[in-house]
Amino acid sequence: MSSTLSGAQRTAGVTLVPGTRPARRRPARKRAAGLVGKVTTWLLVAVLVVVVCYPLLWLLLGSFKTQQEFLNEPFWSLPSSLALGNYVDAWTTGNIALYLRNSLVVVLPSLALVIVIGVAAGFALEILVWKGRGTVLLLFLAGIMVPGQMILLPLFSAYFELGLTGTLWPLIITYTATALPLTVFMMATYFRAVPREIFEAASIDGASVLRSFTAVGFPMVRNAVFTVALVQFFFMWNDLLIALTFTSSDELRTVQVGLLNFTGQFGATQYGPLFAAICLNVFPLFVIYLVLNQRIMTGLAGGAVKG
Amino acid sequence: MNDVLGDKKAIAVLIGPALLIYSLVMLLPIVWSLGYTFFDGNAISGFTFIGTDNLARLFTDENVRQALGFTLKYAVVVTIGQVALGYGLSLLYVFVLKNRSGLVRTLVFFPVVVPTVAVALLFQKMFEIAPQNGLVNSLIELTGGQAVDWFGGANTSFLVLVLLDLWRSMGFYAVLLFTGLLDIPEEVLEAARIDGATGATMVARIVLPLSLPVLLSSLIFSINGTLKVFDSIVALTNGGPGDATTPLTLYMYNTAFRFGDYGFGSAIALLLTLICLLVTVFIFRSTRRDLSES
Repeated sequence: MSSTLSGAQRTAGVTLVPGTRPARRRPARKRAAGLVGKVTTWLLVAVLVVVVCYPLLWLLLGSFKTQQEFLNEPFWSLPSSLALGNYVDAWTTGNIALYLRNSLVVVLPSLALVIVIGVAAGFALEILVWKGRGTVLLLFLAGIMVPGQMILLPLFSAYFELGLTGTLWPLIITYTATALPLTVFMMATYFRAVPREIFEAASIDGASVLRSFTAVGFPMVRNAVFTVALVQFFFMWNDLLIALTFTSSDELRTVQVGLLNFTGQFGATQYGPLFAAICLNVFPLFVIYLVLNQRIMTGLAGGAVKG
Repeated sequence: MNDVLGDKKAIAVLIGPALLIYSLVMLLPIVWSLGYTFFDGNAISGFTFIGTDNLARLFTDENVRQALGFTLKYAVVVTIGQVALGYGLSLLYVFVLKNRSGLVRTLVFFPVVVPTVAVALLFQKMFEIAPQNGLVNSLIELTGGQAVDWFGGANTSFLVLVLLDLWRSMGFYAVLLFTGLLDIPEEVLEAARIDGATGATMVARIVLPLSLPVLLSSLIFSINGTLKVFDSIVALTNGGPGDATTPLTLYMYNTAFRFGDYGFGSAIALLLTLICLLVTVFIFRSTRRDLSES
């Protein structure tokens, strides 16, 4: 507020100087109001940027601080060095390396699987002609809103009976299945935008359905497939509920579950290693975001139905 | 040619795997879970049939009432906050920053992709009081205030949870609504401008009515997500202090996996699903309205 006022005063001062820009026909009051508006805007944007960035900056700086610096120095102090000791602690003692590996081992195959079968299903539901496809599409749609809690208990029993408990298979299977509804829904939407005539022309030219899927349909929605894969990557990577339910031992933990139990590894809170561990979880995603932000934004907005 | 696009074998190959996995891992468990509601016990102790006792307990259990109350309060407050804040930001992007909004938009969106667990741990340290003050309490003391034990009380815990979710998701709703605002034809705005509409009048009389459909969809997407809140609460307060911040999702999880009561856990999950179903019906209604209007 005070700086908007001073902004107004400053313009008032400028307009009092005789002979300034007589060519401008806008009255002085309007020009002053314009400047107040500008200052308010920049103030608003500055506050916004600080609110979003400062916690992340605090996190990054904290990951280099020693325990002593955390306890004795004020929060705005900079770390005395950029030593990577905390990262080494988090990586080894804190097991973050293992957790990251588990996350990758789970997410990558699930992602590949859900894309292959999800895109095929989207194609079959939108381009191909068969009885009951409307019903099947609705069936998939219904899956988007079902909360994970509804399927956890039966799956828990089933995986136990099948002897899969104690492996990463329950996570891979569950991620693949829970990602299917949104993938199918989004792919069906993208295929809807492709003119049907293209596929009809392909079949006149003698292409079989499978061939028009692999040679025409899939390449045409390649960009969309990539976007959907990105969206699902974030949903799987950031999941806590499913990972928490099916990781029965420390060796199986994904990075989110590992982080949740991180303080337990050290006894009392060791701030440096904890901050380093959070950074190891956040900043790889930051790099991906840096490169692909526009695509991620449109993709996630397209998947908003998931809530 | 529809004979080719109707090739039964090819259809089976393309839709089969998805339908099979979806049926086995989602549809079958939903039915199975419904079955659990009629039993007491768990996979290890065995099950005994108790009829509709679990469903009846939904109406009498004090914790269910508490968790349901918290879920609804949380969903309503966060949903309104998310959409209001997102709308404010989207107006800022479209009408104030205009073509220069790209960088701010991208920056404010970033927390959306940050894992909730990481955000929650960060907020836990930011609002900490013991063993030492976090960012927020340090700032409060710096300006002469008294440090607050944020996680010691129900209301302050709730406040931090709301702030966390708003910080995390405002950029998302801003982009969602931003896309909606861009769809407003420039001619309409220009006409209003010529008629002398500016600032608040413009927003209230022209922009708001025209963005009502996308606002409504955002509200429903948002409430569908906030009803299922789990990650942030588990990582930030774990339902505490006491069970003051325990939503249905967490209460179900604890009932099923900590106390081994599969039947009642399934009953709570059913309650949650029914609430989400109600919201989804609204989604379909509203999206259909969107289509017919545009």
